[in-house]
Amino acid sequence: MKRAGEMLSELGLTSIDQLFEDIPPEVRINGLHLPAGISEAEVLREIRTMMAMNLDAEGRPCFLGAGIYNHFIPSAVKTIVTRSEFITSYTPYQPEISQGLLQALFEYQSYIAELTGLEAVNSSNYDASTALGEAATMCMRLNERKRFLIPEAMNWEKKSVLQNYCSGPGIEVVEYSYDPYTGELDLEDLRAKVTPDTSGIYVEVPNFFGVIDSHAPLLKKEFPEAALVVGVNPISLGILKAPGDYGADICIGEGQPLGIPMNFGGPLLGIFACRQEHVRKMPGRVIGMTKDAEGERAFCMTLQTREQHIRRSKATSNICTNEALLAVAAAAYLGILGREGLRTLAKINISRARKLQALIDQLDGFDSPIFDSYHFNEFVIRTPLRPEKLNKLLLRKGILGGLPLHRHIRQLPDHMLLCATELTSDEDMERLISALKEVV
Amino acid sequence: MYRQARHDRRLIFELDGKSEIDLPHSDEVERLEDLAPPELLRESLDLPSLPEREVVRHYVNLSQMNFGVDNGIYPLGSCTMKYNPKYGDVLSSLPGVASIHPYQEEESIQGALRLMYELEKALCEISGMDAVTLQPAAGAHGEFTGMLLAKAYHAKKGEQRTQVVVPDSAHGTNPASAAMAGFEVIEIPSGPDGCVDLEALDAAVSERTAAFMITNPNTLGIFEARIRDIARIVHEAGALLYYDGANLNAVMGKTSPGIMDFDIVHFNLHKTFATPHGGGGPGAGPVGVKKKLEPFLPVPRIVLREGRYHLEYDMPDSIGKVRAFYGNFAVLVRAYAYILRQGGNGLKEASERAVLNANYLKHRLASVYPAPYKELRKHEFVVSCKKLKEEKGIRALDVAKRLLDYGMHAPTVYFPSLVEEALMIEPTESETKGTLDRFAEALLRIASEDPQLVKSSPHNTSVKRVDEVQAAKEAILSYRAYRRRMMRGAEKGS
Repeated sequence: MKRAGEMLSELGLTSIDQLFEDIPPEVRINGLHLPAGISEAEVLREIRTMMAMNLDAEGRPCFLGAGIYNHFIPSAVKTIVTRSEFITSYTPYQPEISQGLLQALFEYQSYIAELTGLEAVNSSNYDASTALGEAATMCMRLNERKRFLIPEAMNWEKKSVLQNYCSGPGIEVVEYSYDPYTGELDLEDLRAKVTPDTSGIYVEVPNFFGVIDSHAPLLKKEFPEAALVVGVNPISLGILKAPGDYGADICIGEGQPLGIPMNFGGPLLGIFACRQEHVRKMPGRVIGMTKDAEGERAFCMTLQTREQHIRRSKATSNICTNEALLAVAAAAYLGILGREGLRTLAKINISRARKLQALIDQLDGFDSPIFDSYHFNEFVIRTPLRPEKLNKLLLRKGILGGLPLHRHIRQLPDHMLLCATELTSDEDMERLISALKEVV
Repeated sequence: MYRQARHDRRLIFELDGKSEIDLPHSDEVERLEDLAPPELLRESLDLPSLPEREVVRHYVNLSQMNFGVDNGIYPLGSCTMKYNPKYGDVLSSLPGVASIHPYQEEESIQGALRLMYELEKALCEISGMDAVTLQPAAGAHGEFTGMLLAKAYHAKKGEQRTQVVVPDSAHGTNPASAAMAGFEVIEIPSGPDGCVDLEALDAAVSERTAAFMITNPNTLGIFEARIRDIARIVHEAGALLYYDGANLNAVMGKTSPGIMDFDIVHFNLHKTFATPHGGGGPGAGPVGVKKKLEPFLPVPRIVLREGRYHLEYDMPDSIGKVRAFYGNFAVLVRAYAYILRQGGNGLKEASERAVLNANYLKHRLASVYPAPYKELRKHEFVVSCKKLKEEKGIRALDVAKRLLDYGMHAPTVYFPSLVEEALMIEPTESETKGTLDRFAEALLRIASEDPQLVKSSPHNTSVKRVDEVQAAKEAILSYRAYRRRMMRGAEKGS
């Protein structure tokens, strides 16, 4: 601390404490009751030991999905996102020295624009659930109405987040039901619930049951007055029609499948895209193309007059820190897969899930899938045991089972949501099937 | 002198090649027509296709046109751009962190739950709060959560409180978060000393006030010494006192929001606890509260029963969820590792060093860049370029741009608006005296440089000064939009 001493004496001070004399004695504390610091080697060892207590999905069959998916991440994605210049930078307030990140984020926005068929994309929300919350409030800004329709067949956590985002502006959230045979939305029920004060209709493709809902392309024609918000799994857009092409005003989704580890559910990547004409009502940070003083192409943050640091309480959202690095990861991932890679990946996911579906359906006591429709990489089965009990038995065999559904959808007490991806091997399926045979 | 890389800046969409990706099971795909309802099948997918090496080169070259803390000093006020120790990178990519699914059975995630439980306890100690939720994904998300908690708390007491008060120097996220939660925002002017004006506060609070949001030290880097009086005024009105934790890096182990009588606090783990900012995120924004607010925290809560950790959802007064799952876990791991490494003493020393660095730098700059208001600052300070503007026509923005030519990131400009031509500087504890001296010398030299040179800067970055006005006018946010614009332009031309 020789230098510290020099600095203090230049300030005309003799002790560090003098730098804190402006803190009144009645609110001072004397240090923290935390253990003393330990060496880097000890930190690495302690946390490695603690994390080894988790059963991870590497080298272990995992059939969990429901918003977070176990996909293959090409090694090069990590090389790109751990570039020190990207990871240790901040929000690019000074565009001239931050072109690399700005261009990477612009390319992320461009990829999402192509996938969704919508030209205006922000450079990330926190996750799909908060993107849905922001979409609901954006619908209200678009048409000044306050009734937002969502599927009953949805993750309850997402509904809870949505309720919190809607509580401030007083948006009423109304659920429409699903067809018990197909798992698709119940169009009659939706018709009954759309009123003149409906601000937006939210539909998921694929939906919570993994069903690719054939009604989605009809909704804008049938309900032109309400804003159409489509929630997607971006991988599925390798083969599914871009929501913008069938009238979506806003498209949101969870970007985690695009090269982002499961991370115990965070950090994630909230995708948010909208039609160009709505861009000034959009939440979040956006990167735009422009020119520099010599007329060369350049990028910078733009439309900041919507944002909290300018507009304060009138801002379109409060987002400041977002998930920029994960947007870069998604761009790198899509870059490596390319158009053929993404199409093939989407097909593999469906094929793998179909194979698993059929294998389970052959088992006595199981119905798989219970919904008769097109599925993406997830499907709902009926199990002869309580799903929680089944999962515990599977865990003993080193298998991470599916998601018990009743917490989300009460009328499905004996049901489980299972997922297969390109990482679900034949051996994984065999292990699951033989384990299921043993338990029933 | 510094010179930033300048590579080919074509978009990845403007490159072409052939993807060589090999995916598992790609030999067994079925016919497209059999995979989805016909009306939902995609006809074309207009994405670039490139071999991996081209993609890697593209992004590595882009990264060289980007500046991070690992490149040099990044004294962005209010953002706390400290050095991020590299053990965090190693730990956050362990399979036990990266490859666990949030819906796994509790018995298979005991390590993760334990880390979160311990981190909550450490944050309670640092903040002087009774309970913490790790769920919010960012500081502003934490503010929103805090506002929802305030609303639930008052509602439970049967009170209708519709207003939130903030000082005019507050971060923009404060009023934005309060408004999002449905509150009317009342802004009060700062006093002549740059601190909260107690009379203005007294006049603004009433039985309609739900909360008062402030940061301490405030955005000028000044410690609000009358914080207990502020707390008394707020509490006597029946309102809650909210601590914006953006500036916590200045006071760890010296004071705490708890002892200052705050009721709710958010942390910015990416600032105070040295997790990299990732070009704007991910961060994490845990929220701490006093006992009376604990029942309202988001679900699930992590509880320890008979030596096992559980996710507790049965909390009848909870506000529910503010995002999916449990928080930005990979960021939480980094922050926890940092707290272990530093220990209680190390955290206190980090604050001491951050405050020393700020005051030393302020002192070195004083002859040309005066810092209005009182002498002693905490971890950051705001100087004015007003004199420079009057004498040489050089604005704060020009100074900021010219600094980039020296290979130094610029401070925050034009915030807070209380100071004319403001530069808000936060060196953090990470910088050595040598670096601070070089930074001060660069700033002093800029003041004596040819004004034309400064006003036309930067000259050494990968692009020249960027036209932000055109960007806003055109709003081209994707290659798709750009291409359409080009086609329209071509049609008009023909």
